[in-house]
Amino acid sequence: MTVAVIGASMTKFGERDAWIRELIAQAGEAALDDAGVEPADVDHLYVSNMASGEFEGQGGIMNALAHDLGLMPAYSERVDQTSSSGGAGIYEAWQSIASGASDMTLLVGGEKMTHRSTAESTDIIASITHPAEYKHGLTLPSFAGMTARHYLERFDAPRDSLAKVAVKNHKNGVDNPHAQFRKEIDEETALESPIVADPLRLYDFCPITDGSSGLVFTTEEKAKEITDDYAVVSGIAGATDTHVVHERDDPTVMGGVVDSSDMAYEMAGIGPDDIDVAELHDMFTILEFLQMEGCGFAEHGEAWKQVEQGRTEKDGELPINTSGGLKSKGHPLGASGVAQGYEIYKQLVGEAGPRQVEADTGLACNVGGFGNCVITTIMEAR
Amino acid sequence: MSFDAHVCENGHVTYPGHTLCPECGAKQTETLDLSGRTGEVVTWTKSTATPPGVRAPNTIAIVQFDLGGEDLTDDYVRAVGQVTTEAVETGDAVEPVYAEELRDPEAGIKVPESQEWDGYRFESV
Ligand SMILES: [Zn+2]
Repeated sequence: MTVAVIGASMTKFGERDAWIRELIAQAGEAALDDAGVEPADVDHLYVSNMASGEFEGQGGIMNALAHDLGLMPAYSERVDQTSSSGGAGIYEAWQSIASGASDMTLLVGGEKMTHRSTAESTDIIASITHPAEYKHGLTLPSFAGMTARHYLERFDAPRDSLAKVAVKNHKNGVDNPHAQFRKEIDEETALESPIVADPLRLYDFCPITDGSSGLVFTTEEKAKEITDDYAVVSGIAGATDTHVVHERDDPTVMGGVVDSSDMAYEMAGIGPDDIDVAELHDMFTILEFLQMEGCGFAEHGEAWKQVEQGRTEKDGELPINTSGGLKSKGHPLGASGVAQGYEIYKQLVGEAGPRQVEADTGLACNVGGFGNCVITTIMEAR
Repeated sequence: MSFDAHVCENGHVTYPGHTLCPECGAKQTETLDLSGRTGEVVTWTKSTATPPGVRAPNTIAIVQFDLGGEDLTDDYVRAVGQVTTEAVETGDAVEPVYAEELRDPEAGIKVPESQEWDGYRFESV
């Protein structure tokens, strides 16, 4: 059964007063509105969220949301796959429709993080690492620092090329009304910002963010009855890589990205050259290089050249992170993968406003942990 | 305490150990003590934004131990850990040095009793 996306929502990302229940209720209501779907029509509800318990002490948020939106007796489930919870939610939602278990599925992703200090948030996120890593104080940013150093030294990539990723994504974020930062930066600012995990600096990292996003899925048959503008999920797959990061043979290859994108391309019957727009998980600038290469947009060790040549700019051959990416849009863990889906969907149905590019086929790559788990989704316009 | 890498029936070596070998799925039956050996820095970082209970700055390295010439299938095994000093470069030779407490067990999000807190740091030789 072909699965269609018929509506999407994204709340303001940034520092929000709202707590997790209110954040996901806002995105859920707005997604149903956008799709023109009544609460009573929803068969399945998935809530993507990494750590509402650890951040806020709030558990069972899928039941809370089902009740707050009047979705009973819809089946409800919380999806946790760390940073890729949103992508995993898309996968769950896709499965629910493709299997025939549900005719109408609402997916909402959300996270409330900014009430915690940076150190506390970093530790909550670092709790996903292996004890052999955690006891040394390793954090996701420190993995990024070690990977970036290895990449720059091995491929003779200039340090500036990482800053160019940050500059591009900030520039794109200006046109996104929901982005946390809507401010252009120059390369100098990025290169002179404080060191976080040498050689990476503050502007190589996404911020800590509150926010939520939603998507509505149904069968293509039903989508045609409801709207003329919809997209279909033509390829989707998830994969894992080693939990312990240093056990990978090549620190510059994320196996989960390679495997999940290979499978998604195969399912869609297309290749990297057919992608018109992509949302990549730029939690750290170096990850944009690793995913460009893992998804087949660039040869291994050469993504930085394409960034330098402007190929990934909004007016380039393959626009990447038209939304501003996690870098300027923000990264509310469980919401991020859903918001990637939001951007691709809006681009495909021509509702991306000032961010609009010409696109019939889009790809979203959502990375959990430091490449521990990855979901790649391909959508096509209809 | 020893700095144990784990070896499966088919000679694959991992640090840390796993229930089944990630390479071939066989049981890991032996250990290989990395303390007293010299390794080489593959890459490193100096982290300034550290979590509660972790020293700042925290210099960390991935270190590769050569296993060539030993009766094993893998040619090397890698480990990760704190570096004793802030000054380190890719390619440096380092050796493991024991530390009783790598970070304050009471300060982080993990239940202190859920894991061990001692281990090996790396020092340039
Ligand atoms: Zn083995």
